[in-house]
Amino acid sequence: MTLLTVRDLRVGFGRDPRANEVVKGVSFTLGAGKTLAIVGESGSGKSVTALSVNRLVDFGGGRITGGSIVLERGDGSRLDMTTADEATLTHVRGRDVGMIFQEPMTSLNPVHTIGAQIEEAFRLNRGLTGEAATRAAREALERVRIPDAAQRLKYYPHQLSGGMRQRVMIAMVLASNPRLLIADEPTTALDVTVQAQIMALLAELREELGMAMIFITHDIGLVAGIADEIMVMQHGVAVEQGSLDAVLDNPQHDYTRHLLNAVPHFTFGNTVRDDGTRNGQPPIVTVDNLAVRFPVTRGLFRRRTGAVHAVDGVDFDLVPGETLAIVGESGSGKSTTARAILGLVQATRGRIDAKSGRSGRPVQMVFQDPYASLNPRLNVEGLLAEPAIAAGQRVDAKLRERMVTLLERVGLSRDALTRYPHQFSGGQRQRLCIARALMLNPDVVVLDEAVSALDVSVQARVLDLLIDLQREFGLAYLFISHDMAVVERIAHRIAVMYAGQIVEIGKAAAVLATPQHSYTRRLIAAVPAVARRRQRFTVDATQVPSLVRPVGYEPPPAQWREAGDDHRVRVEETA
Amino acid sequence: MMGLIRAIARHPSGRIGAAIVLIYIVAALLAAAGLTPHDPLQQFRIDRLKGPNGTYWMGTDLLGRDTMSRLMLGIGQSFTIAFSSVALATLAGTIIGLVAAWWGHLWDGVLMRIMDVLLAFPAILLAMLIVAIAGTGTWTSIAAIAIVYTPIFARVVRGPALSLKQRDFVDAARTFGSSQGFILTRHLLLNLVAPLTVQVTLALAWALLTEAGLSFLGLGTQPPAPSLGVMLSESKNLMTQAPWLMLFPGLAIMLGILGFNLFGDALRDILDPKTQGRAA
Repeated sequence: MTLLTVRDLRVGFGRDPRANEVVKGVSFTLGAGKTLAIVGESGSGKSVTALSVNRLVDFGGGRITGGSIVLERGDGSRLDMTTADEATLTHVRGRDVGMIFQEPMTSLNPVHTIGAQIEEAFRLNRGLTGEAATRAAREALERVRIPDAAQRLKYYPHQLSGGMRQRVMIAMVLASNPRLLIADEPTTALDVTVQAQIMALLAELREELGMAMIFITHDIGLVAGIADEIMVMQHGVAVEQGSLDAVLDNPQHDYTRHLLNAVPHFTFGNTVRDDGTRNGQPPIVTVDNLAVRFPVTRGLFRRRTGAVHAVDGVDFDLVPGETLAIVGESGSGKSTTARAILGLVQATRGRIDAKSGRSGRPVQMVFQDPYASLNPRLNVEGLLAEPAIAAGQRVDAKLRERMVTLLERVGLSRDALTRYPHQFSGGQRQRLCIARALMLNPDVVVLDEAVSALDVSVQARVLDLLIDLQREFGLAYLFISHDMAVVERIAHRIAVMYAGQIVEIGKAAAVLATPQHSYTRRLIAAVPAVARRRQRFTVDATQVPSLVRPVGYEPPPAQWREAGDDHRVRVEETA
Repeated sequence: MMGLIRAIARHPSGRIGAAIVLIYIVAALLAAAGLTPHDPLQQFRIDRLKGPNGTYWMGTDLLGRDTMSRLMLGIGQSFTIAFSSVALATLAGTIIGLVAAWWGHLWDGVLMRIMDVLLAFPAILLAMLIVAIAGTGTWTSIAAIAIVYTPIFARVVRGPALSLKQRDFVDAARTFGSSQGFILTRHLLLNLVAPLTVQVTLALAWALLTEAGLSFLGLGTQPPAPSLGVMLSESKNLMTQAPWLMLFPGLAIMLGILGFNLFGDALRDILDPKTQGRAA
């Protein structure tokens, strides 16, 4: 029984849609209750294809220029979505085709409680009012595994975490009991353990309700656990489509193979680097009992009512030529640690010693977002000159020669000097940032989620570049990331951060292969992997504890236990 | 820069605005060089209250002075005051806005509250108040108008500066150890050039109007020196006998403001960050 049949779909944008086609003849069928994953990098046309199914693409300026999209509706009738009128489409979008988006904060109205918004969905789609709507809303929240559903109905979107908000969105979509759910990168904005929870939830709901799903993602590793069929898209064309196992195990098209290779495969510590340099040299950076707290104030007179313990009692050291990865979720304090080392936030307590080795500023940083970390009004020469000017050097032929050398070293050409940031792609910009960080010949480079914003294939090349540069210049890296697979590729040692504290630290192979702390285990279990597609995850609704503490609170001293050579674990409180 | 000029030439209304502003500037420069059709202050007694004709293109006034020559000189006077006051307001407003955004806390609170107080007065009333206290004259006019429009620049600078301050490239600059002055000029100010340019053009239109208003009320330029407001004021008793005396200065003010506004709107379109991809 086919639910959806798409034939030779073409979609274009702009004044002349036929000349600017983004989707160039895509065909697929989707059976009732089945899941199709559309995989591709940014600009491949995957979102546009999916948005064409419920014709939301019209609102983004797109025009369907050819082909047909036939949907079987609830009453058994068939409807060609490409020719349907707007009134019918509104009805279809409410009843038959549900959609969840990437960013759950912007899809929810911030001035209404989530209860009111879910009730609205029930009112519009099922005609429920009053008591009945409230009860339906509570049941919907329970169905998406939100604890204390009755209480949470009164919450506003900003009071919920990203994962919770995405569940609320799913609850709203379920109000119409759709036959087809379109999920457009629903977990990209979420942390990895939350991502695993949402994926598990979607899989469970699919079984319960028997709905079909179109799942759009750039991460081919993620779909392994949920999809029945995969369609790989590149430049608006479906380059390969087939059943999950056929595509993953026996990819036919070069691009699919390329994607599968580029996705960092997580192998539980089997492929960590073995060129570690920890053999008794003095550390270049020592962090001792670092604490960063932000005051929480209340009322007119800014009375201090407590403090956010963003980072608490963090110690580690870093020797030349080594990569220490700090992994953790958003809010775990990993970025705050990095910013404290660079002096961008004030440490409340603790010592940070950075030996000034080759230059006056031994620690440099590369930021996550390559679009925000380069001043758009300066050309590359101006950008690269800045660290040198700050260090009191003159902008002369010698400095320009160094710029060119570094640009060529990171894979950019000499004529890049006169160009502006907007003329480069994301990956090239990140290379610029790396070159800029190397201008002063530092000993340590802090990489704060430096490859997270890049497409997977670009990510792989930047990682390779970083490893080459490390060997060539003997750099030490402090690599901050939430992505275990990326960390496995570059780290010698790993520190796992949770709720502002390091809970486990040690050799990469040891931490990844034999994780000791329960949080590390959870983090590793949540990594999506092609190899583990048979494994089923259960929904785990554990929340990160609040970091707000009353004034004067001091955490109890940490208890550590050794778990082998260079592998320490914080002893967990038994509650 | 050439790209900007070309973009304005392509912009349908920006073209017109730029042309008007350019004509005014040429007229003012000619007047300043003494190249008016007649001496603007000389009284041709036999040709009093003549309508527009071959000799006097825009007619003559009650004292027999050539309206066109006076208009050109008046435009020069009005433009001098408008440009100087806007330049002062831009300078003061930018500094205040940057200081408020960068140092924040007390600086932000105190400076921006003062700006709010200034902004609470209607522009012309505040200007009159300042002139009434300091006395009339070209310099007090410039100072008065500058004070009136400073808060607008402070606000235009403070908002974007606050958000630029949070951007990663400012943090990056701090990690290199760049000095505050360097960050303020290269990273904040350079990114504020576009909104400031638009604001300057629009403020010129308002300054022109405020100057005309002050002169009309006798608080700006003092006769016999001509300015657009003074000429309007002198013509008001002769409205029925010599309508051209009111028509030409009135039109000059209207077209001037229209020109600056069109020019400013075009700049806003061209410098809009959403279309920034191409013009560097």
